[in-house]
Amino acid sequence: MAYSQPSLLPDALGILKQAGVRIIAGGTDFYPALKAGQHPENLLDVTRIDGFSDITQSEGGTRIGAAVTWSDVVRTDLPRAFDALKQAAREVGSLQIQNAGTVVGNICNASPAADGVPPLLALNAEVELASAAKGKRVLPLEAFIRGVRQTALMDDELVTAIIVPKPHAGMTSGFEKLGSRRYLVISIAMTAANVLLDAKGRIAEARIAVGSCSAVAQRLTALEAGLIGQDPADVGISPIDVAALTPIDDVRGTSSYRLDAVRHQIQRAIHKAVS
Amino acid sequence: MNKALSDTPTPFRLNGREAAPMLFPGQRLSEVLREGLGQRDVKIGCDAGDCGACTVLIEGEPVCACLTPAHQVAGREVETVQGLHANDPVAAKLAQSFLDHGAAQCGICTPGMMVSAVALLRDVPEPTEAQVQDALGGVLCRCTGYRKIIDAVMGAPSVAIATAGKVGDAVQHLDGIEKVSATVKYGDDIAPVGCLEILVIRSPHARAVFEIGDLEGFAQAAGLDAVLTAEDVKGQNNFGVIPGFEDQPVFAERETRFRGEAVAALIGARDVLRAIDPEMVPITWTELPALQDMDAAEDQKADQLHHGRENNVMCTGFVTCGDPNAALGRAHVIVEGRFESGFVEHAYIEPEAGFAEVVNGRVEVHACTQAPVMDLEGLERVLGLDRSDIRVVPTATGGGFGSKLDMSVQPYLALAALKTGKRVRLCYTRTESMQCSTKRHPSDITLRIGADKTGNLCGFDFCGRFDTGAYASWGPTVANRVPVHASGPYRVADYIAQAKGVHTNNPPSGAFRGFGVPQAAIAQECLFDDLAEKLGMDALEFRVLNALDNGVPTVCGQVFDQGVGIKACLEALRFAWTEERAGVEAFNAQNDAVKRGVGIASGWYGCGNTSLPNPSAIKCGIRADGTVVLHQGAMDIGQGANTVITQIFATALGAEVGQITLVGADTDVTPDAGKTSASRQTFVSGNAARLSGEALRAMILERLNVAEDAALEFSAGEIQATDAGGARVLDLSALEADSDGYVLRAEESYDPPTKPLDKNGQGHPYAQFGYAAHLAVVEVDTALGTVTPVKFIAAHDVGQAINPMLVEGQVHGGIAQGLGMALMEEYIPGRTENLHDYLIPTFGDIPPIETIIIEEADAHGPYGAKGLGEHVLIPTAPAILNAIKHATGVRLFKGPAIPSVVHATLKKSVT
Repeated sequence: MAYSQPSLLPDALGILKQAGVRIIAGGTDFYPALKAGQHPENLLDVTRIDGFSDITQSEGGTRIGAAVTWSDVVRTDLPRAFDALKQAAREVGSLQIQNAGTVVGNICNASPAADGVPPLLALNAEVELASAAKGKRVLPLEAFIRGVRQTALMDDELVTAIIVPKPHAGMTSGFEKLGSRRYLVISIAMTAANVLLDAKGRIAEARIAVGSCSAVAQRLTALEAGLIGQDPADVGISPIDVAALTPIDDVRGTSSYRLDAVRHQIQRAIHKAVS
Repeated sequence: MNKALSDTPTPFRLNGREAAPMLFPGQRLSEVLREGLGQRDVKIGCDAGDCGACTVLIEGEPVCACLTPAHQVAGREVETVQGLHANDPVAAKLAQSFLDHGAAQCGICTPGMMVSAVALLRDVPEPTEAQVQDALGGVLCRCTGYRKIIDAVMGAPSVAIATAGKVGDAVQHLDGIEKVSATVKYGDDIAPVGCLEILVIRSPHARAVFEIGDLEGFAQAAGLDAVLTAEDVKGQNNFGVIPGFEDQPVFAERETRFRGEAVAALIGARDVLRAIDPEMVPITWTELPALQDMDAAEDQKADQLHHGRENNVMCTGFVTCGDPNAALGRAHVIVEGRFESGFVEHAYIEPEAGFAEVVNGRVEVHACTQAPVMDLEGLERVLGLDRSDIRVVPTATGGGFGSKLDMSVQPYLALAALKTGKRVRLCYTRTESMQCSTKRHPSDITLRIGADKTGNLCGFDFCGRFDTGAYASWGPTVANRVPVHASGPYRVADYIAQAKGVHTNNPPSGAFRGFGVPQAAIAQECLFDDLAEKLGMDALEFRVLNALDNGVPTVCGQVFDQGVGIKACLEALRFAWTEERAGVEAFNAQNDAVKRGVGIASGWYGCGNTSLPNPSAIKCGIRADGTVVLHQGAMDIGQGANTVITQIFATALGAEVGQITLVGADTDVTPDAGKTSASRQTFVSGNAARLSGEALRAMILERLNVAEDAALEFSAGEIQATDAGGARVLDLSALEADSDGYVLRAEESYDPPTKPLDKNGQGHPYAQFGYAAHLAVVEVDTALGTVTPVKFIAAHDVGQAINPMLVEGQVHGGIAQGLGMALMEEYIPGRTENLHDYLIPTFGDIPPIETIIIEEADAHGPYGAKGLGEHVLIPTAPAILNAIKHATGVRLFKGPAIPSVVHATLKKSVT
């Protein structure tokens, strides 16, 4: 029985060599998922590991440490391409959740409705993992999240950071979330749009990522290609543009509703990105 | 640092002091604060980050203590509301502002609200409304509708005034200070740390037969102190709230009838129970096909839930007058519709909780409740004890709204205390609370209404089915109330209304603010709009034309020659109705995707029980030292009975509220003021308080032989009375004290005059009705189907506002619940058993609300006052639905109007 709060990464990775260690950071997904009578006894708290709470920016890009909270993201001065991520950060649960919950925890929880995933997909984010046995590896976010509540994380592995390659200085972004109430709401659908315009104000590059409309949030690559050269004000989204999505019917909305709503949402996210 | 911390204390600063608790791995900070460190001011509403009640500051930042591993605060500064209140001037000022606005009602969310607000105000001393909403958006409140909290945090000018607290004065809540300082104790706040706890084992299936295996062996192996099953129920293993309908077992025997029904209870130390997975308990379940809805339950071949209730019909209600068929036959226009609604969860932020012990051979139960004497009677029945062997002492109640009228934790606590002889404690988890507490009845209503050429109503035919779930609870009340109220506050000469409660294998439906009337009002008020449209009449003027009035009979044939205030309510909205519609027209001309609409709806509600005795008793006394004591047994569940009843009493006596010492509900010392239900406390208990105050005053006047209008002054050991003839003094120390220590005392009761209903529902069901009309402005995003209320204007006839600030508080809270019912709330058994799948309105969902108080005095009400608690909810949902129709042209027949539903309906209307 132990609750470990190491300050050095090698020590954390050493602890993970034992079987049955659960990783905890903000706790915002950990506790609600506990079932009656179940209490993991070996917990590795990653929030005090050196560097894990930092967002660092360099020529290569931006590194979001594994203990960086949503509030940290909101407070940090970041390029405009990160606006969607910041807007998403303000929509995660509530301020209480944003102060404790981490960006990395959000991707590790791998909920189809994770608010952080579409903006990170639109940023071409990568996930840095480490283990004592194999050292570091980096996976694209698309490869890291493999399904509903499934990731590529191995038992002895820790996500150390999210790495965002440096976006084009002119890239802007916008996030749209749809829920049945204002705060503390799980998304019915959400969209992040990162857009780069050419000198004529036409779309030179578009990255559109949609969440809550498939098992894993996804980029709509065919749509992205089709958007190039368009005036963002005139963009219209057709059913074919969202054909890759496979939303389900649940208490929050029907599949057909999501497919309809997300078309408007994509349009609005693009408008928000360029406004 | 890389070592297990579990065997060493974890030091941190708590409210400015050093703390160093021993922790186990992963222990929640909320538990450590409440159990180890005595911070019961930190409230637990959900244990999932959904309600924010447990908000504390860590290094100045608000977080949910229930989601924080306690180890994480090592070396850090933790502040709770009590610490902030004591140490931070910002918090002290905020507490005052909460009092000035009545921003704390039941008070269970207040710690979370205040902690979040202090964090904001430290950074932003003068926040905007949006900043307040963003900062406090993580804390749910079910009572206030949030607007008063916004005012309080923004430091708006005080609404409360500092006066003697006579009837009509907007004084602060008399029990407000204990709420804003978080010293008030709720159901889970009184048990001593370390006492035995109870884990109730519940059915995982909507319907199942079960066999209990070797429970004793399991208990021994697990280290439990005792177990309880149906065999331990020494009295009758059934309880209920309506005589003849006591059908709910404390523990099911052989078969369970709904998901979450109790079958056994385990009693043990907290650490022992924590390790128990309910699935490990030796019970063999065989799932049976369940009746999931009323259609299935009424099928000829359906299994019967209860013997003697054929076709699963629990009971019916009926009212008719005139000749509805003939009237509909000659009507110029007819509208009709079928309206359906689902379960609505009360979602008070305090889960059911309590504590029990055996004292001198008597069992004492302390729990949150709306009806302490009904709890006593229920316990008497299931325990098989004489009532003199039971004491019920209510704790503060963190919201009720109807569901805490029924017993919940009480039988388990009493049985466990009696079986073990030890102190025991039980607090439901949020999921447990949602699974097993009562709900608002799902409804299936068909209604036809006719009108003649001039717009007068001409025939009304209402038929409603209500899913009453597995057990009766308050279902019979719904079946009886709905036909009496389904007309709305209008003159309907030719009327028929039938209602029935149908049993299913769903959770028991019971009392929820309005007893089925809000569901009926949706059908009636929506069709009134359609009728007005068909007639080419203005929707407001159509209502005014048909509104009840003094001297005009109700559908029960009851004629009030005074006090009918619906016309005044509607007329009070006329100006806004014109203004807002013009504003909306201008808005819509400028906007394509987003459309606005204005809707109105009325409501009425009979105060007190329907044609049944309904007495309240209020006792008071004066001690030799001059203390005036009021035994105030009307449960204050946040609505303000402690304040309102005291204001009435003080006015009758001729004292100031500040001079009155309150003794709360306690079945040993305070007489029965009846249940907090049916909008009856201000009216019924208020009258008992008035009579009691008048009686005490009469004694004083008589002893001093002074005039009726003498002014009284209460001071230490004496009362001075001054009239035209001068001042006289009553020396209290010269009087003999009775066994309660009172030298003067009075106890009076009041029972509203009603007459039974005959077979056609004709009679005098209530001594008074209250009336209301709401206007709602909404914005509909037609692309996404989202509905955003923009503003409400609510006119309420309360007869006499005892405390206008508290009236506004009720109106705001009722509108918030009505809005939730209209736009987002639907409880689905097995699916939405938490507060993130079951959505109630948050801080950002309630727009500004303007309250118009109409005072059409009622001859029976204390100082003319009428009840209000349920009226505030009834017109809201239909006003919103009518506004959506105005905005989009689309009528919704099945709630709630979640975006998906609105979108689908809009789409259908286009194709």
